[in-house]
Amino acid sequence: MKTKESTMKLFVPLLILFMVTACNTKTKTEPVSTIGVEVSKEQGQAFIQNDESTPTVLSIAINSPDHTTLVAAVQAADLENALVNAGPLMVFAPTNEAFDALPEGTVENLLKPENKDALANILKHHVTPGKYDKEFLKKFKKLGQANDQNTTVEVKDDDVYVGGAKILASVPAGNGIVHVVDKVILPPSEE
Amino acid sequence: MKKYHYYMMALIGVAMIISSCGNGSNKSSSNGALGSSAAEKVYVAPGQQDEFYAFLSGGYSGNLTVYGLPSGRMFKEIPVFSQFPTSGYGYSEETKPMLNTSFGFVPWDDAHHPDISQTNGELDGRWIFINGNNTPRVARINLSTFETEEIIEVPNSAGNHSSSFITENTEYVVAGTRFSVPVPQKDMPINEYKGNFKGALTFISVEQEHGNMDIKFQLLMPGFNYDLSHPGRGDSHGWFFFTTYNTEEANSLMEVNSSQNDKDFIAAVNWKKIEEYVNNGGGTKMPADYAHNVYDEGTHMGTSTMKKEVLTVDPLKVPGAVFFLPTPKSPHGCDVDPTGQYIIGNGKLSADLTVHSFDKMIVAIEDEKFDGEAYGIPILKFEDVLAGTVKSGGLGPLHTEFDEKGNAYTTFFISSEVVKWKLGTWEVIDRKPTFYSVGHLMIPGGNSRKPFGKYVVAMNKITKDRYLPTGPEMEHSAQIYDISGEKMELIYDFPTHGEPHYAAGCPAELLAPKSKKIYRLDDNKHPYAVSNPSEARVERNGKEVHIYMSTIRSHFTPDNIEGVKVGDKVYFHITNHEQDFDVPHGFSIIGQNTSELLVMPGQTKTSIWEPKKVGVWPFYCTDFCSALHQEMQGYVRVSPANSDIELSWSLGE
Repeated sequence: MKTKESTMKLFVPLLILFMVTACNTKTKTEPVSTIGVEVSKEQGQAFIQNDESTPTVLSIAINSPDHTTLVAAVQAADLENALVNAGPLMVFAPTNEAFDALPEGTVENLLKPENKDALANILKHHVTPGKYDKEFLKKFKKLGQANDQNTTVEVKDDDVYVGGAKILASVPAGNGIVHVVDKVILPPSEE
Repeated sequence: MKKYHYYMMALIGVAMIISSCGNGSNKSSSNGALGSSAAEKVYVAPGQQDEFYAFLSGGYSGNLTVYGLPSGRMFKEIPVFSQFPTSGYGYSEETKPMLNTSFGFVPWDDAHHPDISQTNGELDGRWIFINGNNTPRVARINLSTFETEEIIEVPNSAGNHSSSFITENTEYVVAGTRFSVPVPQKDMPINEYKGNFKGALTFISVEQEHGNMDIKFQLLMPGFNYDLSHPGRGDSHGWFFFTTYNTEEANSLMEVNSSQNDKDFIAAVNWKKIEEYVNNGGGTKMPADYAHNVYDEGTHMGTSTMKKEVLTVDPLKVPGAVFFLPTPKSPHGCDVDPTGQYIIGNGKLSADLTVHSFDKMIVAIEDEKFDGEAYGIPILKFEDVLAGTVKSGGLGPLHTEFDEKGNAYTTFFISSEVVKWKLGTWEVIDRKPTFYSVGHLMIPGGNSRKPFGKYVVAMNKITKDRYLPTGPEMEHSAQIYDISGEKMELIYDFPTHGEPHYAAGCPAELLAPKSKKIYRLDDNKHPYAVSNPSEARVERNGKEVHIYMSTIRSHFTPDNIEGVKVGDKVYFHITNHEQDFDVPHGFSIIGQNTSELLVMPGQTKTSIWEPKKVGVWPFYCTDFCSALHQEMQGYVRVSPANSDIELSWSLGE
């Protein structure tokens, strides 16, 4: 009985919906939304075509053959729009090799939908609000990262290490700067 | 029983659909453009009026814009801190004094945070206040005339950002300085900032009948940056809360040096205690220099008075009046919920929101559980005052507003979204993207005891592809969300003027019925008014020529004037004799080094002209007033400086 009733409850609105659709033939091709304006996932500043402006930190990463893993991770975590805003943002971009150096299966595991939050946390740990070149970074002892944890800055000879990862190269962006690093910077487990 | 009820409803619903379907010219086809419920929610049909007023600050336009919600239609731009040729504000002799300051005539400012007057913590719609950030000022606008009536300059302040928020009975409007400076100003090395500069938090009293402002006292705080503020309400009435950053007191490269401390402070100020101290003779009078400009609706004239003294208060002289609440990551917005219990710090470099408890704060103060002090001001322990943390998952929280159902709505600049969360449980209920990079948000009454939580307006800093492109410069974008349900629904997108830093909104019925339609001519006390066209005349006083002129559809009286000479300073004092709603007349004359004027019915306004060339020069009405508007014109004959032509004037001769 209970099953039957709930089936009916489902069926009646469905029937109504069908009738509305059948009836409303003139507007059939127009999208009908019942809850506000639908916003597709691929909408926002990240998806605006713009060839004239200085590239953003996101477009620099996307156009780098050494950062395909990073870009895939950013997309899996839905962080594209956070990387194209006015910033300024400093992104420490681990190379594909850096991701490969993680224990086997780590990346695959993080890319699973159920681990989206953990992945986002790791990625945000690679982002600092600010824009500092390598020389300027030597003034810092630590940086406050976008996941709300701090990371370290160390200078050895002429090299700068952020969270233990060495800066290999730097590319200024319209909304910040990308520092290519040789390691994935793992967030400290306790702070 | 319940079951049958349900089936009945369904049957009625089906019947309705069938009947509407059978109708050939039915709604579904005529509403083709309204294919979604979102369209229906924002559609205000021609001739219909909006449910809410929204007052959006105009940012660097210096003005305040008036919009309708939910339509997003702009009704008016109210000139406040900027000259405005559309009405002649700041150009007419009557309104020039409104823009006077201790730095002379400053025809512009950076308008920031509007706040509507309140009684018992609820919007009362008497006035709206707004602050000028650049040359510190606070303005009051009358919400029956929608005109700027008063502007007071704030001395010892620089970057009047933490303003113009009001206490819950509009006892005070506050003006906290963003930039600390030497007090009093003096010539000194910049790098001696630390320990020497001061941050003034100014409490401006508001006289309850006419709204006149006067600086009651200035609290001279340590040299931090005072960013934003909101008053306590309900139990916390009598307190005011200010976010601070740069507690490091850095004076260069702030983006690095003012972000070194993990926590800055929210300053909690017991203004009632300080008021009592001041009323009992406390405080130190100090020489100062600031302008107080008042516009009189009876004389239609503004006057500027320079004030020479201000009362300052050292927070250490009033024990128990000021405390610091540690708050993470350079907090920006400082928002207080409708009950007055929760004080929210939006740590702009953080992902989380810090919520302090007013009750816990009071207990910690009573128990004297301090965690050190800063310049003698007790610092409370973070854990002792913390009510909770909102783990939002967003990035860069800036501002929070509230509905009447115990929910809060916070903007996140970096992740470009509005996040709805629950007060008390701190759980995130919903999040919606905004387009793009949202700064402030506004719910009508959303920072009062009684919010009207039907819509939230998100005001974005960036526009990009939201509208047709208009070159590199575009108006900012705003989005309206319906928040009447559990989930927020994006329903509309509209451009805003200038850069709206915050807004204030209220139900239309609070203002619309009392909106002024005309100024009564028999109440006009302007010294140069003419109450009857027969009084129109021209008088010479040395090189000054005063023309007492009246307007009615569709002529000026007089419209032919002779005897003006090169080198004269000619004052056109124009009284609009219309007593009919929405019939202004305008005035302009060729070669005038100022803007036109718009004179409202029953009003007198004055425009200056200094003729430089001999000739016969026309003037005309700039507002399309009637079918004979094009005939509303006149001539001034300008003779050489040494001419002996007598002054004369006429109409229809």
